[in-house]
Amino acid sequence: MKKALLGAAFLLLFFLLQSTVFKYFAISNIGPNLLIIITCAFGFMYSDREGLFMGFFAGLLCDIFFGPILGINALIYMFIGFVNGKFNRLFYSEDFILPGSLFLSSNICYGLVYYILIFLLRGRFQFTYYLMNIILPESIYTLVCAIAFYPLLLICVNALKKSEQRRP
Amino acid sequence: MSPIVKKKGEKFTLPSKYLLFILALICAALMVVSFSTDALDKPVNTFAGFIVVPFQSGISSVGSYLHDRSEELAKIKELIEENAELKQQVDKLTEENTKLQEDKYELNNLRNLFKIDKMYDEYDKVGARIIARDSGNFYHTFIVDKGSADGIEVDMNVLADGGLVGRVSEVGRNWSRVVSVVADNSNISGKIISTGDTLIVSGNLKTYETDGCVDFSQLIDADGVVNKGDKVTTGDISDKFLPDILIGYVNDVKMDSNNLTKSGTITPAVDFAHLSEVLIILENKQTIDED
Repeated sequence: MKKALLGAAFLLLFFLLQSTVFKYFAISNIGPNLLIIITCAFGFMYSDREGLFMGFFAGLLCDIFFGPILGINALIYMFIGFVNGKFNRLFYSEDFILPGSLFLSSNICYGLVYYILIFLLRGRFQFTYYLMNIILPESIYTLVCAIAFYPLLLICVNALKKSEQRRP
Repeated sequence: MSPIVKKKGEKFTLPSKYLLFILALICAALMVVSFSTDALDKPVNTFAGFIVVPFQSGISSVGSYLHDRSEELAKIKELIEENAELKQQVDKLTEENTKLQEDKYELNNLRNLFKIDKMYDEYDKVGARIIARDSGNFYHTFIVDKGSADGIEVDMNVLADGGLVGRVSEVGRNWSRVVSVVADNSNISGKIISTGDTLIVSGNLKTYETDGCVDFSQLIDADGVVNKGDKVTTGDISDKFLPDILIGYVNDVKMDSNNLTKSGTITPAVDFAHLSEVLIILENKQTIDED
């Protein structure tokens, strides 16, 4: 129960930050994708099930406001959360290489899938442009923001896990 | 051994891969339903309006306040120098101004002769502030803080600085989503104001980010009079956009390979990177035609 509340609170916070404050700090019109951070983090900190749900709701929130079709972001984020959950076995709290590389590669995958489904199928074939100007800058900017937000998430999740373990 | 079969006394948990499959089916169903009907729009919009939009409005106003203050600090030194220069210029310009007043009267007479329509000054408009931009980086859509409670309906046109910004695509009680002219999936029927020839203006993310223009196509210009700098406005045959709203200026024109139509690029009249407030025209094209 507490896990769900924590997840919902962070989801709302990150979504609001991503669509308002971080758009003001956009570098050449690219803002970071904070929802990827929270989806991946819940994935590899808990398990594939939590990552799956977090991804589904993050994507759904995105779709309600901004998506061209309801459900497309939900699907992509859900799969990202699920795959990140498979990495739970390799994860430990003091590590930063695995989370960092997961954030980067998940964001790139999200960009690629979104581009293929929405742009490529409508005949926009200039893939190099989208890769160099949107997908890669967004991934790097997200990684930089993860350096700020990931420790916060880690502390909260670890505190929650400890308090749940204390209860027999 | 099937993983779903219950053993006696064990709590039943659904393995996550089946959960993934079920939710993926739900997502696909949502996509199909939302694409072919709009049955899902109302409950989804109500939820969004209650929970998320108030936060977004609050954060946006705080964020824009902070941003403006930080820009101000950076600019103070520049402004002091500029001020001295400008005082000198003011004197020179007052002289020129008197001469221009004379020219203005002549221009007004010529305009009346040319019959440039200013029809959209007569429509009712409501101002709205942009409270959130598209959370991904692939689209130019944004959320404004007026909704159905202020009389906004789907397909109402949105203006800023006398140019077309886009149209409303979704409406909640206290928010609306606007798809802009430069969004990758936007297509508008337009016309060249001087000749009246129609064309289609298509948004394109790539060309807008690199060159600051969007594409147009299907222009039939038999006399070859269209060239750079011509004004492009919304056309009369569009079923969503009110006519004669300025979209932008022609940037370049070239003949298509079929030797019948022309295509090229348009520079939009509105600066999308620096929008914060827009005007929404409170009349839909469909209702006007019914009168």
